Amino acid sequence: MKLNRRLFLRVAGMAGAAGGGLLAGGGPSAQAAQLHRTSQGDVEFNGMLIDTTKCIGCRACEAACNEANKLPTPAASFSSANVFETTRDTTTGAFTVVNRFPNEKKPDEPIFVRKQCMHCDQPACASACLCKAMEKTKEAAVIYHKDRCMGCRYCMIACPFDIPKFEYDSAAPFVWKCDFCNERQQKGELPACSEVCPTGATLFGKKRDLLEIARTRIYKAPDKYVHRIYGEHEAGGTGWLYLMGAPEEKLGLRTNLGTTPYPELTSGFLYGVPLVFVLWPSLLFGLNYLIKDNKVSEERKILRGEQD
Amino acid sequence: MANRTDASTAHAEGAMTVRRVAWETARFVLSELRPRGSILTPFNVITGAIILSGLVLIVIRFAYGLGSVSNLSQNYPWGIWIGFDVITGVAFAGGAYVLTFVVHILKVKKFEPIVRVTVLNGFLAYLFYAGMLLLDLGRPWNVINPVIGNAFGFGSVLFLVAWHFMLYMICEFLEFSPAVAEWLNWPRARRILEGLTTGAVIFGITLSTLHQSGLGALFLLAPSKIHPLWYSANLPVLFFVSSIFAGISMVMIESFFTQKAFKDRIGHELHAAHDSILLGLGKGAVGALFAYAFLKLIDFVHYRQWIYLGTPMGYWYLFELVGFVLLPTALFLVAIRTRNAKLVQFTAFLTAAGVILNRLNVSVIAFKWYETVRYYPSWMEIWVTLAIISMELWVFRWVISRMPVFGGAHQVVEAEAAEDMEVVVWKASVS
Repeated sequence: MKLNRRLFLRVAGMAGAAGGGLLAGGGPSAQAAQLHRTSQGDVEFNGMLIDTTKCIGCRACEAACNEANKLPTPAASFSSANVFETTRDTTTGAFTVVNRFPNEKKPDEPIFVRKQCMHCDQPACASACLCKAMEKTKEAAVIYHKDRCMGCRYCMIACPFDIPKFEYDSAAPFVWKCDFCNERQQKGELPACSEVCPTGATLFGKKRDLLEIARTRIYKAPDKYVHRIYGEHEAGGTGWLYLMGAPEEKLGLRTNLGTTPYPELTSGFLYGVPLVFVLWPSLLFGLNYLIKDNKVSEERKILRGEQD
Repeated sequence: MANRTDASTAHAEGAMTVRRVAWETARFVLSELRPRGSILTPFNVITGAIILSGLVLIVIRFAYGLGSVSNLSQNYPWGIWIGFDVITGVAFAGGAYVLTFVVHILKVKKFEPIVRVTVLNGFLAYLFYAGMLLLDLGRPWNVINPVIGNAFGFGSVLFLVAWHFMLYMICEFLEFSPAVAEWLNWPRARRILEGLTTGAVIFGITLSTLHQSGLGALFLLAPSKIHPLWYSANLPVLFFVSSIFAGISMVMIESFFTQKAFKDRIGHELHAAHDSILLGLGKGAVGALFAYAFLKLIDFVHYRQWIYLGTPMGYWYLFELVGFVLLPTALFLVAIRTRNAKLVQFTAFLTAAGVILNRLNVSVIAFKWYETVRYYPSWMEIWVTLAIISMELWVFRWVISRMPVFGGAHQVVEAEAAEDMEVVVWKASVS
């Protein structure tokens, strides 16, 4: 009996811990209710404004990123223009890449578009990660904790921009992506790519200010830009904003992401978990007792019938 | 002084007895590990070869990384090890929670003879699929992180699924443990374990509800990647409902094979009741299938899915829905009306194929259907999957041929057993 109770308590305790934990997990998602927010707590999110009309495809940002993050030397040098022949994707060794897209308005001036982590306001990868290896800092960066990661790659499934990259050829692999030069930001420095950009195509600042700058540029030169700021609302808003010289589908940017912050997609389900945890056991225990009593009374009826 | 000596002698004797009992038990287990029957059967040779070569592939996978054996890529981070082995396999293990609900909560005596074998199947499925999950993890040694609590991702569906997998395995083991106690002839342990069954069943059903639907909820985070015909906010409910008929059809499929392979282990009672059990299971399956078809219809209307029907993916969707949901529903209904147990069993195979199709569609086939370079599993991924299934079959057979699994609980005669224990204790005290 003693063992019985102890074991029962242990199981119940564990189940309670899991249930309670998930209940507590509702917290961050509950904050998610405020849409289009640009800051967390008192700290306003940092952001980056990419003006595709200013980028000249010099790839200085790629080189700076490579140096700042101590990434392996790529096969083709950073001054080579041959890389623009194909559309490239970021890799475990290149956190940002510049791609070239044709410009229909001015065929001699192709449009260059950078690709890297968008640092979503409410990142899907961080909400997907079961051991908090992906984390959104209060300043903006979505960073990766190597020591926590178990390599399940759910962040890659979840990320709407397909940014986290996995080392498939390693026995002890990590996930790699741009971390917005978080350490440099902490020291008050600019992200490496922004610091090195010669044309000001990558502008670092507070997201709120950047949105204002972006809108001003559109108003001042309405013919030059598409009248939308990519990243303002995509997937609930991202830290990186794009001013586009051509519609986003012509610049290799995903168009069907919606404006719902991704953590909200699963928060409904997670809210249901504590409910089920309370309702199911009580209903099942009740049902179990109900049917047991029913059977007993049936037996009694039979017995009484025999006595009569 | 004298008292103390007595106490210490008694203590020493007690320790020796415990050691002796442990030794006897160990010898018993060792003797049970020895194979029974002929070793060189075609089944053994084939599955043995698959397992051995599969182990080689697993070694290669751990030495050189996932890319060395799988076709996974940056675009397709999850392949069939997750999509088939875990997402589909766990659905098929759903029979355990469905049957324990019917037998232990609703007290339907009819299905009692097949509860143990179903729970065993479910438990082994989780054991081996959890093992499979470890193969797919890049850094499996960190799998304890979300358990020991140095980093709890509370907002993650996968966190919930992982915890519930783990807790549910404990529940299923508790549900099956009376059979282990009977095998070891420990009547007292059996009584205690039996007393835990109802609790384990109730927690088991709760955990199953949540992680079966949780597997579907995993894909809620990929709205722009899964084809609109398969993406739905209802994915958790769809996965939960389909796990009911997936589990039930797996019970029927499993009975199809065990009736042939373990004829001698199955009692006359179960053999005689087999047809009526099958028909009963068919009725359960048809109810769940009906609910599932209705949920699919709601999605069809809500997401205006008809606009995609004219495309290749649309034909594939119709193939799945008509051929493997509507057709089985109709066949089950016919079989139940005509009391045709054979047709029920055949339909179970069809239903199971439909579940495989649907789970693979959500997790692999309709996932990033727009990419030009698609994922398809490498032969090594398939081979390792076969090896894992073979291992599970071996363990299943080992348990079946030793423990009282078929035909419900065996009555262990306590007096007899107590005598046995006394003999052991007596032997121990003599030597």
